[in-house]
Amino acid sequence: MEKFIRHTGVGVPLRRSNVDTDQIIPAVYLKRVTRTGFEDGLFAAWRGDETFVLNNPAFAAGSVLVAGPDFGTGSSREHAVWALKDYGFKAVLSSRFADIFRGNSGKQGLLTGELSQDDVELIWKALENAPGTEVSVDLDQRVVTCGDIVAQLQVDDYTRWRLMEGLDDIGLTLRHPDAIDDFEAARPSHKPRTLV
Amino acid sequence: MGQTLAEKVWDAHVVRRAEGEPDLLYIDLHLVHEVTSPQAFDGLRLAGRPVRRPDLTLATEDHNTPTLDIDKPIADLTSRTQIETLRRNCQEFGVRLHSLGDAEQGIVHVVGPQLGLTQPGLTVVCGDSHTSTHGAFGALAFGIGTSEVEHVLATQTLPLRPFKTMAINVEGTLKPGVTAKDIILAVIAKIGTGGGQGYVLEYRGEAVRALSMEARMTICNMSIEAGARAGMIAPDDTTFAYIDGRPHAPQGKEWDAALEYWRTLYTDDDAVFDAQVTIDADALEPFVTWGTNPGQGLPLSASVPDPDSFADESEKAAARRALEYMALEAGTPLRDIAVDTVFIGSCTNGRIEDLRAAAAVVKGRKKADTVRVLVVPGSARVRLQAEEEGLDEVFTAFGAEWRHAGCSMCLGMNPDQLAPGERSASTSNRNFEGRQGKGGRTHLVSPLVAAATSVRGTLSSPADLEPAS
Repeated sequence: MEKFIRHTGVGVPLRRSNVDTDQIIPAVYLKRVTRTGFEDGLFAAWRGDETFVLNNPAFAAGSVLVAGPDFGTGSSREHAVWALKDYGFKAVLSSRFADIFRGNSGKQGLLTGELSQDDVELIWKALENAPGTEVSVDLDQRVVTCGDIVAQLQVDDYTRWRLMEGLDDIGLTLRHPDAIDDFEAARPSHKPRTLV
Repeated sequence: MGQTLAEKVWDAHVVRRAEGEPDLLYIDLHLVHEVTSPQAFDGLRLAGRPVRRPDLTLATEDHNTPTLDIDKPIADLTSRTQIETLRRNCQEFGVRLHSLGDAEQGIVHVVGPQLGLTQPGLTVVCGDSHTSTHGAFGALAFGIGTSEVEHVLATQTLPLRPFKTMAINVEGTLKPGVTAKDIILAVIAKIGTGGGQGYVLEYRGEAVRALSMEARMTICNMSIEAGARAGMIAPDDTTFAYIDGRPHAPQGKEWDAALEYWRTLYTDDDAVFDAQVTIDADALEPFVTWGTNPGQGLPLSASVPDPDSFADESEKAAARRALEYMALEAGTPLRDIAVDTVFIGSCTNGRIEDLRAAAAVVKGRKKADTVRVLVVPGSARVRLQAEEEGLDEVFTAFGAEWRHAGCSMCLGMNPDQLAPGERSASTSNRNFEGRQGKGGRTHLVSPLVAAATSVRGTLSSPADLEPAS
């Protein structure tokens, strides 16, 4: 996994709350068996609307998405994270993320950073007043800056460490094979098995 | 201090605990389907890793499968590729798979319980957010992403952060015609689509205890729509009776040992929940959604709300957007909303009891001419059982289409979809924009409301119907 320490790129204001993963990528794009090329499905239904923010050329090359509260609700599809990453997003900022989406993002190196809703509103205004404005996300210092706005970035220590080191979860778990073996040896025999 | 049910199950599965790190939890049952697994199997292949416990893994085909002509090759090439990829992966890695045409094929969350694989006190995961369904048995069950699917396939464990606990107390008795679906829609309307974030919900109280296993599954299924990864109900005699005799239920001495353990799975009297919500079951009415998230719901007797009536600015904006997408006017009585399609099925309401309830309403009636009605059993086994009971004949005489098992119109991934602008009353779980097909408009309802709506053509409950001829 690619390390994330800090990133600066064009900020994209997504003034919507409750952006569910069906909106991030509709189900028809989920039929692929590969892990790349999902950018065409990103916000597919909304991209048909010419007023949609990503259709503004000043935002088209955005890499920091600034969204309303409850981003990533609904379906567990990791394709939502792949679509954002494949499009070029490195970080999503919101005042609240859905749990599964946040977990999926962390495993793919997409930063989901929590800001206060007040800071989100300030950044939205700054980005809308001057489309193309850059946002800097510094995971090391836990700070987001946009023009003269300086916002506190909330991210838990463990996720931050994994992102900054670019560590893969399976590799981390497989450092403890004995713990898994021991647990399995003590499992009750009444637990079900799918193969008999 | 005592423990909650969720904490007991969590603690029984900790493989490794270390300061500052997530707990490593053991996974008892891993359910797999075609959509969220191909990239995970690919990851195993690239790393040269086997599936650690194929005997704790079960796969079914559900999201992409057609519900008509299932004996023919799947017409959509990409859907077919995804199904074929699952078949190849299961063969290569030794995972048991129930394919289209098999009597045990169906929606993964209907199949697990039906086989008796879903049991109290288990940890259950699947690359599908509606895995919360299995919590109805007192299992800790939640949806995961594809990276986590790969992690479980490789290690049979998952690193997870502890959660908070929320008690949802449903006190009192439901009125006739009010169902588990109405309870959960009312809960989501009350706490919001983000209200459960970071929590495991435990549904408790007299009204919950009185519910069948199928109804409990309906409630736990939609925990994710309140933002909670998991919902649970303490197992009791209703649970044990449901499991007893199923193909994977423990036998003999194993059954006794299991039962002894299962009876310890409840929240201790002195345990403390991080949050509490109380719902008065006596006051509940049939509930329907009017908007584009499952929290935007109201009793059927209400009218489409005025966006300006919401105090919160972001709720106001969301309501305005929702009414525009749904093509609804504030003030319209919900009962006056005409639908084009009624969908009865899904992992929320596609079990035998749901089909029986809908059939009892439509028996001896004819559907409204303006409505197409799809009845889609949640599994091939449910379909067989319904046919044994003659429900298929009730539905077809009514004018409904009797389909094969699968996710069907719950999500726009297989041929069963709404056309742009079409409106549905649906027993599924999500009314998101485009969820049932691009431009489709969804009202979430119970099987009883779906059935009554298909008679009148507008959102209705059985109480609105004239007696059947």
